[in-house]
Amino acid sequence: MSIILLLILISITVAIVFLLAFRWAVKSGQYDDTYSPSVRMLFDDKKKKNDGSAVS
Amino acid sequence: MAVTREDRRVEQEEQCYHCGDPCNVSKIRIEEKQFCCHGCKTVYEILSANELCDYYEFESTPGITQKSASNKLFDFLENESIKNELLDFRSEDYERVTFSIPNIHCSSCIWLLENLSRLSPDILDSKVDFVKKDLTVHYSVKGISLRQLAELLDSIGYGPSINLDEKKEEKGSATKGVIVKLGVAGFCFGNVMLLSFPEYLGMQGIEARYSQFFSYLNMLLAVPVVFYAGFDYLKSAVKSLRQRFLNIDVPIALGVIVLFLRSSYEILSHTGPGYFDSLVGLIFFLLIGKWFQAKTYETLSFERDFKSYFPLAVMRKSEEKFESTQVKELRKGDEILIRNNEIIPADAILIDESASIDYSFVTGESKPVLKKKGDYIYAGGKQVGSTIRLVIQKEISHSYLTKLWNDEAFSKDSEHVSIVDKVSQYFTIAVVGLAIAGAVIWQLIDPSKTWLVFTAVLIVACPCALALSTPFTVGSVMRVFGRNKLYLKNAGVVEKMSSINHIVFDKTGTLTSSEQKSLEFHGMMAQRHWSLIRALAGNSTHPLSVLIYNSVQDDGKVSHIESYTELPGKGILGEVSGTKIRIGSAEWLGATNKSESTSVHVEVDGVHLGYFEIKSTYRKGIKELIKSLGRKFRLSVLSGDNSSQQSTLARFFPKKTEMHFDQGPDEKLEAVKEMQNRGGNVLMLGDGLNDAGALKQSDLGFAVTENISHFSPASDAILEGNSMTKMDRFLQLSTSSRRIVIWSFVISICYNAGGVSLALAGVLTPLIAAILMPLSSITVVVFTTLMVRLKALQLKLK
Repeated sequence: MSIILLLILISITVAIVFLLAFRWAVKSGQYDDTYSPSVRMLFDDKKKKNDGSAVS
Repeated sequence: MAVTREDRRVEQEEQCYHCGDPCNVSKIRIEEKQFCCHGCKTVYEILSANELCDYYEFESTPGITQKSASNKLFDFLENESIKNELLDFRSEDYERVTFSIPNIHCSSCIWLLENLSRLSPDILDSKVDFVKKDLTVHYSVKGISLRQLAELLDSIGYGPSINLDEKKEEKGSATKGVIVKLGVAGFCFGNVMLLSFPEYLGMQGIEARYSQFFSYLNMLLAVPVVFYAGFDYLKSAVKSLRQRFLNIDVPIALGVIVLFLRSSYEILSHTGPGYFDSLVGLIFFLLIGKWFQAKTYETLSFERDFKSYFPLAVMRKSEEKFESTQVKELRKGDEILIRNNEIIPADAILIDESASIDYSFVTGESKPVLKKKGDYIYAGGKQVGSTIRLVIQKEISHSYLTKLWNDEAFSKDSEHVSIVDKVSQYFTIAVVGLAIAGAVIWQLIDPSKTWLVFTAVLIVACPCALALSTPFTVGSVMRVFGRNKLYLKNAGVVEKMSSINHIVFDKTGTLTSSEQKSLEFHGMMAQRHWSLIRALAGNSTHPLSVLIYNSVQDDGKVSHIESYTELPGKGILGEVSGTKIRIGSAEWLGATNKSESTSVHVEVDGVHLGYFEIKSTYRKGIKELIKSLGRKFRLSVLSGDNSSQQSTLARFFPKKTEMHFDQGPDEKLEAVKEMQNRGGNVLMLGDGLNDAGALKQSDLGFAVTENISHFSPASDAILEGNSMTKMDRFLQLSTSSRRIVIWSFVISICYNAGGVSLALAGVLTPLIAAILMPLSSITVVVFTTLMVRLKALQLKLK
């Protein structure tokens, strides 16, 4: 039964890792602009295509 | 003229392809596309030439109208010291800069601005931060300079707003802190609840040894919550005690500390499981309240002072050459060059023959003032017309306008005490009194329980629900206001709004709309002459010429301008397609001025044909608003303009309304002060820099603006012009919110009374505490948010 103690410690350690990841995400500004990334991924990357065709 | 009106009605439906404004006057077309003005057409041309027309694919009519756009001058960006302050990074070949661009508003904007490299090959990449409305550009210095970059952005309708002061302050870091703290508290709360659960169910026998382990873990998890997430409460409580004032944070901090100490004691002495679940939950809920209330409008600036209005740099003469110099380096005796539409940064004397200064910025008066050689010109005026030379008389910090800011109104701190703090004073005393009384009684009955009862009272009386009622009410109210285009500086404004009894209006730009001016022609004129006048006016940058150019219809024929002269303060004369035309002031043309409002007279081939009358139009629904406000509040009008509109105003304002005209900035401030001395709680609505002093002096100053991304003076709130008619309902909602807060106090005090009586009876178990505390918080949160939503629906606010 004492395995439960170990398991709890491990699960809390894992959870703390995620908490630190969250802290890092906030501090590095990932929550600052929640709008533009969502539309940015929809833009066609025309410029690169044109460049590619010019080379070939 | 009648024909023109008819046409307007028919064409009302047609939208500008670029900005979506109605194109009722001009007929500017490219292929099938219609544009409202030449500015919009030019932007379209630039984009189509560079194959950037996808811009119009993401959203229809994504552009910004170019009608009111003035060509900004960016040559100060060549000044090395300004450049150094602005650039994020510079090396020999590359530079990186972050511009604030207020016009960013949709996904098309993001697309266009992130494809800037297609407009100029020297731009390496560009990235938009939509929330902050920032654009970061990385470019090669060899091909494009900072100035050219700014001009390029301006040419496509995304002119950067450059301000050195604002750049320095770090925005949004406060909210970030709350989010991290909320994350930590939430994490610990979840784990503590999980670990406390077995305790609620009751553990016996062999499982009891786990209970010890779980308790220690709980204690460990509570440490960061108390000393990191909840640290602000402890700090605030200490600060308030030092000032000998009991704010709401005092009982909270007291509860938190007692909870922590007693729980730690119970666990370390193996006498009980402690109350860590309640403690962590309490701080978690409090932080949610804080986060909810901390909603701010990061992109709006409420603290703009005169410096934001002034140019960053002007051309100063040094050794027979004009060089761009930072405004703060200007000294008395310097000779400066001011071009069309530039603002004069310091009091100065004119050395050129004449100048036409537009003081609308400072006084609200719309007519430009004619100045002669040797005249003293106050800072804040804008030159309209040709370039002028001036000699500085006073440094910026001593100028007339700047002095206004040094007035005491700008340094006073508000002494407003919120309802919560008023209640908490009595609350804290009552709670401590009860705890001591309980301890004394139990000392007599059963001395072993004295400390238990004393701490239990302090724990259960911790005013979590009380502290949450205001944030959630005010937070919801601010959200309702935000949806209706009223942006408050902070939460305290809502409470102050409910105690207003006197409302002061500015006229120009507040009661009237500064963007909608109507032009009416009095007299007779042949159809042919209309387009000739329009062509002539198109050459001038004078605001009245621009208005004529934009409102007169073009017949499509090309008019050829043979000669053109602009006389500052008088008008323009020229020959268009063989016809001599003079348009300008009545004095210059020798005509009698019949109208009291601004007028432009027209003379064709030596014959006076009539005049244009420029009328500012009152906002729609303003009559109803005044009527409704007039029933509850004292009203006043403070206008910088002349009294020509007094009779019109008198028609819809109540009879006893005070009206003051020809008011300068400091007179407005004094007038507000005087109203306050008579016991008024003044709410001022104004728009210009000329209202800035009065806005600050008033108990509440609301800046009215057509476009929230435009400049507005320092204020407590920014209100979009079209929402002005909802002002009465905004005030009603704030009054109701006060009542909602009081009711939620009653609810939370009922819960507290229940909890305290259990604690006094000595039967408060950790389980009861763990249920009672969150329950009271949730009740208050649900009650306040629902009531505000309900009230907003009742008032038909979105």
